[in-house]
Amino acid sequence: MFYRENGQFKTSYAADQEIFTITQDKWFVWGLIAFAALAVPMLVDEYMFRAILIPFLVLSLAALGVNLLVGYCGQITLGAGAFMAIGAYAAYNFMVRIDGMPLIVAMLLGGVSAAAFGIVFGIPSLRVRGLYLAVATLAAQFLCDWAFLRIGWFTNNSSSGSVSVAKLEVLGWIIDSPVEKYLFCLAFVVLFAFIAKNLTRAAIGRQWMAIRDMDVAAEVIGIRPMFAKLSAFAVSSFFVGVAGALWGFVHLGSWEPAAFSVDRSFQLLFMVIIGGMGSVMGSFFGAAFIVILPIFLNQFLPFLGSLFGVTVSTAGVSHAEFIIFGSLIIFFLIVEPHGLARLWSIAKQKLRLWPFPH
Amino acid sequence: MGFFIETMLGGLMTGMLYALVALGFVLIFKASGVFNFAQGAMVLVAALAMARFSEWSNAALGGDSLFLANVIGIIGAGAVMFLVAWAVERFVLRKLVNQEGATLLMVTLGIAYVLEGLGQTFFGSEIYSINVGMPKDPVIMFEGLIEGGVMINKEDFIAAALAAVLVGGLTLFFQKTAIGRALRAVADDHQAAQSVGIPLNKTWVIVWCVAGLVALVAGIIWGSKMGVQFSLVTVALRALPVVILGGLTSVPGAIVGGLIIGVGEKLSEVYLGPFVGGGIEIWFAYVMALIVLLFRPQGLFGEKIINRV
Repeated sequence: MFYRENGQFKTSYAADQEIFTITQDKWFVWGLIAFAALAVPMLVDEYMFRAILIPFLVLSLAALGVNLLVGYCGQITLGAGAFMAIGAYAAYNFMVRIDGMPLIVAMLLGGVSAAAFGIVFGIPSLRVRGLYLAVATLAAQFLCDWAFLRIGWFTNNSSSGSVSVAKLEVLGWIIDSPVEKYLFCLAFVVLFAFIAKNLTRAAIGRQWMAIRDMDVAAEVIGIRPMFAKLSAFAVSSFFVGVAGALWGFVHLGSWEPAAFSVDRSFQLLFMVIIGGMGSVMGSFFGAAFIVILPIFLNQFLPFLGSLFGVTVSTAGVSHAEFIIFGSLIIFFLIVEPHGLARLWSIAKQKLRLWPFPH
Repeated sequence: MGFFIETMLGGLMTGMLYALVALGFVLIFKASGVFNFAQGAMVLVAALAMARFSEWSNAALGGDSLFLANVIGIIGAGAVMFLVAWAVERFVLRKLVNQEGATLLMVTLGIAYVLEGLGQTFFGSEIYSINVGMPKDPVIMFEGLIEGGVMINKEDFIAAALAAVLVGGLTLFFQKTAIGRALRAVADDHQAAQSVGIPLNKTWVIVWCVAGLVALVAGIIWGSKMGVQFSLVTVALRALPVVILGGLTSVPGAIVGGLIIGVGEKLSEVYLGPFVGGGIEIWFAYVMALIVLLFRPQGLFGEKIINRV
């Protein structure tokens, strides 16, 4: 009744090319952003920001980057954690080594460094795919783990091996409270989500999808596989790198290489699978799901256990988490390969006919 | 000179252990085209089951027959691995016939998580020990040839011998038996194999069982070497470059790849490590695999990949 597109006529090319062609969609997204920016800071307490909202925003940005590569271009990656690390450490070095380096510029430069490495480690994708590519990206992961741990230059020779950022300041605005950090992340995420959305419906995104669907056919119709694949690696790594810088600077404050281990790479891949491959919205669903599920289980399982008179230990909860994550991955790959995003679009389809289906 | 040979032999032994895990990868890939990321989790589960079953039966028997306890442990762990193989086929693979390799790869990541969680829930998540009576003392060999001789761990030696026997057995199994032929047929072409009457589902259960048994052997050897604990899972990540190097479809490739990586790791760590800060073992293997990938994507012994990329 409320969600339908009949009666919405496009009278100009500009209107036809809008991101959200359905007015309700447009209002929903703007409303959501306004809610996140204005209402959430008033409603939520500090713990919520620290434990859920900030990790969710940063990881959804990273998942978005991984989704561009895995979901849109069909190149599997298990090295996303490494590119996060490169983004974080590069941004850190730009901050420390260049006086008066603005925070945002440093973060973007971190992303650019990650993109450069992404291109280098994307080169094997020109010759191999699938598992072989996964191994190539794992090589990036282990190389970075080692480099940031052992080479003192990257950590500015800090004796403990961990690096920290003293204060975050953008044009005189000092970001120190959780609310400010949240808003800072939100601005990044909204901006990058729009960029991603636009990229995927522009020429470059269509090239990626063509390569993903059938590379030989894509080549025949004049798409350069090398350009398409390497650009996907570069853009994806840029997103992931910026997310890494945010993760280090804003969420963690001080961090060690372990923050960007191979587990992080798997986690990001899982977000993309569960959320929905080839969907910008799906990255957010996946990130939300994976950030919230462990917290939920931590609260819920002991409660459930106490109902039946069983004490559920912390270890038990973490094992249950493993089992549930694994089962969900299997479930989604078998039953719904397009993930939560597909459920979302099914819901929208139903809503269009509601309450009078055919 | 003695030190160099010692390092190299140490590398060869480690390489044999890698080869054991890599063998599990190769078996499943050959027979079902699935790259099984869960092999590490299978090693963990097998080792955990073995350790706990023998511990429990040892307690039940009053601790007087270690041999019997170990036999019960091995049988129990074997049963667990069979159960895993059956469940994987029944609930996962059967529903994903004809899917892309990347999907199957990701699904095995899911399987790995489930196995890690279930294994630790049932068998506990502490560090357990496996004692199958392997001698742990080192011996000095080749004293006549080289000054001072070469020190070798007996344990490593037995492990390497066991791995060699396993490989020989598996090669015979694949080449000479009817089941082995069926497995190879399925690997070549699912549809053709089915049309000549080879039951696809049963074949998969068998091959996952075999991989489970290989995991059990690997689990026992690794477990008795460094204790049964969660970090056994990472063994799979160490063995991954081995299969890339040796070729995903080749059993001898897994062995040769394992030896090359084992020796390469040790030599690079000892002779190259000090210049760059040490700890280069883990990525050295991957970089070696990466270089092989760039120039020879099918690995040293693998079948040529005809896919255009």
